[in-house]
Amino acid sequence: MQVHRFEKVWLGAAILLIVGFIATIAYGSVGVGVGMVDDSGGQISAQAVQNGNTGTQFDDPGVVKTGDDQYTVYVVARQFQFVPGTGDTPIRVPAGANVTFRVTSADVTHGFSVVETNINTMVIPGQVSEVSARFNEPGTYGLVCHEYCGAAHHTMGGSVEVVPPEEYDMQQENIDQSAADAQAQEEADQ
Amino acid sequence: MVFVDSYPKTSKLVRSEFIVAFVALGIGALFGVVQALHRTGVFRGFVSSADYYTILTGHGVLLALVFTTFFIAGLFAWAVSNSLERELPHRIAWSAFWIMLTGTVLAAVSIIGGLVGAPSILGHDLKADVLFTFYTPLKAHPAFYIGAALIIVGSWIAGLAYFKALWEWRSENPGERIPLQTFMVLTTMLMWYISTIGVAVEVVAFLIPWSLGLIQNVDPLLTRTLFWYFGHPVVYFWLMPAYLVWYTILPKLAGGRLFSDPLARVVFVAFLLLSTPVGFHHQYTDPGIPSGYKFIAMTNTMFLLLPSLLTAFTVVASVEHGARQRGAKGYLSWLRNLPWGKPAFAGCMLAGLMFAAGGFSGMINAGMNINYLIHNTIWVPGHFHLTVGTAFALTAMAISYWLVPQITGKKLQQRTIATLQPYVWFVGMALMSNAMHRAGLAGIPRRTAEPTYDEFAFEGVAGTVGEMRIQIAIGGFLLFVGAAMFLIVMADTLLARRGGTLSVNSNIPEPLSGADHSPRILDNYKLWTAIALLLIVIAYGPPLASMVADGLFAPGSPPIPV
Repeated sequence: MQVHRFEKVWLGAAILLIVGFIATIAYGSVGVGVGMVDDSGGQISAQAVQNGNTGTQFDDPGVVKTGDDQYTVYVVARQFQFVPGTGDTPIRVPAGANVTFRVTSADVTHGFSVVETNINTMVIPGQVSEVSARFNEPGTYGLVCHEYCGAAHHTMGGSVEVVPPEEYDMQQENIDQSAADAQAQEEADQ
Repeated sequence: MVFVDSYPKTSKLVRSEFIVAFVALGIGALFGVVQALHRTGVFRGFVSSADYYTILTGHGVLLALVFTTFFIAGLFAWAVSNSLERELPHRIAWSAFWIMLTGTVLAAVSIIGGLVGAPSILGHDLKADVLFTFYTPLKAHPAFYIGAALIIVGSWIAGLAYFKALWEWRSENPGERIPLQTFMVLTTMLMWYISTIGVAVEVVAFLIPWSLGLIQNVDPLLTRTLFWYFGHPVVYFWLMPAYLVWYTILPKLAGGRLFSDPLARVVFVAFLLLSTPVGFHHQYTDPGIPSGYKFIAMTNTMFLLLPSLLTAFTVVASVEHGARQRGAKGYLSWLRNLPWGKPAFAGCMLAGLMFAAGGFSGMINAGMNINYLIHNTIWVPGHFHLTVGTAFALTAMAISYWLVPQITGKKLQQRTIATLQPYVWFVGMALMSNAMHRAGLAGIPRRTAEPTYDEFAFEGVAGTVGEMRIQIAIGGFLLFVGAAMFLIVMADTLLARRGGTLSVNSNIPEPLSGADHSPRILDNYKLWTAIALLLIVIAYGPPLASMVADGLFAPGSPPIPV
């Protein structure tokens, strides 16, 4: 088979480009550590999520402190809200901490994306999506369901509030304190 | 001889396929402009935001499934008949047409049902707002799934007609090389047979019985994996016919001939091998799939760039050769010696140029980790409106200006409109697509009626959100105008009277480097099919095995009506 000289050069350049792409992606995964969403989140029954009887933290979703600067955020996506996340229940996490999102669906397929970050995963009934991230900058980040999930899909958004660590600990203590106070009050009433 | 006089039966078939395709294009384009104006907030008076998704489903199904499949069936019927110099086996081909048309009507009626109050038919609400990807557990009316299955089955039967034509030709021409156009058609169909197995199993084994209530649950991850097994190769089912046009007809329109027959065959074989074991690149952000399988799909996807990069070289070289035959000189000034006023030529060239841009944004999509930034943002429709929406659609429209006169014997009418049309499409798509890509970088999602939220506001990247909206709305409107211009030319041509001599014919000049130079092994379909299947077993065997290991229907989801 006859291949023109220019075509051989072009072919060589094309293969170089392809190998270069694969190399940069491999570097991004191994060198920089951009992990892929994978099967690490495990499986879960979507009906149990819907009924709130999974026997896991998904029955009471929210932010859980799991260690020094370690937080896990449990989020249930359902038609047409994130719990927590939507409306006046933003997901609150401290800046600079290691945050792992565990997201699952109570009904149909949803998306979970934090705008302009690498946090972007499908939320598929029966599966738990697990994404780890660190927010360096405090601020409010948009949260979007990016997979069509029914007639009011466009209303399904929310926010992630990233607060400076000092402020976060103080507010958290206040919340804990007021919860303890309330409990003490309740006990006193009885 | 005009094609219609040499092969009147095949011509009638091609005309019928094209008419269905053009009707689907018209309705699909109308739905498109409704969406462009609605989601940008320019005008929301056509439909409610809930019905937006009905319109979106119709747009996707009518354009990406019906327009493409019928147009391709027509183009392939012409290409096989023309290059084997015989009528297509018409009984098989017509049964394929009627099965596909039945499927189209079922799917279309179940979608449109959503706009007219979703009457209950056979115990199910007649609606199908599940979009082109019909992810479970959102459930459409069973007629939608049955219709989709019939379109696929019909396309399989259409393929049988091409193979039967080859076997008839082979018995009369033993030992001869398969003519290039037929080779391209059959390679595409082999790829199509292999890749549609995924969606056929999904729809027939799972979705139809599930939507009818015969089985309780389906596994949403398994069904979407079966969809994407088909969902990437389907884009090559759209693209390879465009390549057939660019390789075999475009050089002639430029005044020359194809550069190399052997490399054209290599490119098509590469598509047969690599089109399917890449589907996981649509599932990079899916939970439940180990990242190793995603990495395999990523490498295969990157190598799938090779045949397209080779095509860029061959097509440009062939067109340049054509320009030099017309007396062109210089490194770049040959571009001026090309028939830019001929709509068939200009449309194919502009489609190819936009495909290059779409190829680059596709490289980003394929980049496993950088994909996080744009997955399911409006960047993605920005990308595929350059590929299927221009590389395929504009090539199809452009080549219709050349082909429809030959299958009717009628001269092309409304030539001024036809001459302007590819440029209108190009400008409209340039406006819409660039803005969609940039809006995607800002995180604005696709598939949504109103991309604004109570909790936060998007901030533009390289431009403002408002400016992007205006470009998308104007671009979408121009594309609708472009589709309407095309349909006016086609309607006027199809309704015209025969008369005069046509200035076009179906003779395809011999390539500079002909089939004699290409190794015979390239025509060995059994070998290439076997390798293609082996690659699929490697890419899909282990992940599919692990998905079904815990039960075919687990973790299960019952249907949730839309």
